[in-house]
Amino acid sequence: MTGQNDSIKMNPSLAVFRGLKRAEIDFATSVPCVNLQELLDLVGKDPEIIHVPVTREEEGVGLCAGAWMAGQRPALLMQNSGLGNCINALASLDILYGIPLLMVISHRGGLGEPMVGQVPMGRLTAPLLDAMEITHFSPDCTEAEDAVNTAWSLAAASRRPVAVLLGLDFWRGT
Amino acid sequence: MKRMEAIKLAAEAAQAQDALLISNIGYPSRELYAAKDRSMNFYMLGSMGLASSIGLGLALGLPARRVIVLDGDGSVLMNLGTLATIAHYAPENYLLVILDNCCYGSTGSQPTCTHLGTDLSVLALAAGVKFVRKVNNLDDLPPALVGRGVVVVKVEPGNASVPVIDLSPDEIIERFMRSIRLAETS
Repeated sequence: MTGQNDSIKMNPSLAVFRGLKRAEIDFATSVPCVNLQELLDLVGKDPEIIHVPVTREEEGVGLCAGAWMAGQRPALLMQNSGLGNCINALASLDILYGIPLLMVISHRGGLGEPMVGQVPMGRLTAPLLDAMEITHFSPDCTEAEDAVNTAWSLAAASRRPVAVLLGLDFWRGT
Repeated sequence: MKRMEAIKLAAEAAQAQDALLISNIGYPSRELYAAKDRSMNFYMLGSMGLASSIGLGLALGLPARRVIVLDGDGSVLMNLGTLATIAHYAPENYLLVILDNCCYGSTGSQPTCTHLGTDLSVLALAAGVKFVRKVNNLDDLPPALVGRGVVVVKVEPGNASVPVIDLSPDEIIERFMRSIRLAETS
């Protein structure tokens, strides 16, 4: 592999995007996070993906549920603060009816977090997902493409939401 | 008009238009089930506020298929951002019908802000929805049900005496999706 390919492979946003493409995600809803800006740009420019920026993450869960029933492969791109806005919908829509959803989550509030307001949800993100029995992966940059693809496969096969958590280290490319 | 009367007309319109019909949690779903059950009805049993969003996802994913959503004032107030998203995407095949009874009808008829004068049709217009209609009389409802955008229908408070839906969530979604697949392949 050439050095150039190595540097592309280590671009965190591109690694996630390649995972989305390999999983054939064709419908994405999003609420921005500063760490997602490059990924949102890639998704927004992809003619094969219907991208719907939403006003609140829960709205995205609803849109993705409808899109899946319509035959699309949906993903919700958001910050972990938005997970708190989704809990009821994940339980009483996705889990109740058996609707798969790939959640790509920028996980703020961990080690090195400069914003104190991010810390409470940062600490609660994995416990909340565990309490809801939602499988979550925390890949590094080299694993992200596979992890995103695997997460969708698992969501589709189990007909449940599955999350990929991408922490501060991930976005630094380490 | 009573909500049940409006729901009956909406169910007839959905049947005539071969439309997918998404109905809000609580009594509206129960009233629709009693009025006219179809496999193309999706009865929302949870996730209050998201009927309009589920319908929008369907409409964007199935641009050739008509989608009608039966929502309520309390539910739309819970997800007001949906009006902005609908305005932005404005799919031609999508109609949001807000049955406004000015109260949370399934939980004891506690008043919502529409009771105090909040006008959801004005909010929809302000959000940028181009096609907005307001219906106060039953006779004016059928023509509004063939349009797109948002229709706000003023209905009386009160629920019809109808049983709970005796379908499981699995049954609701499986037959709904089967009806979509059948229509796609036929």
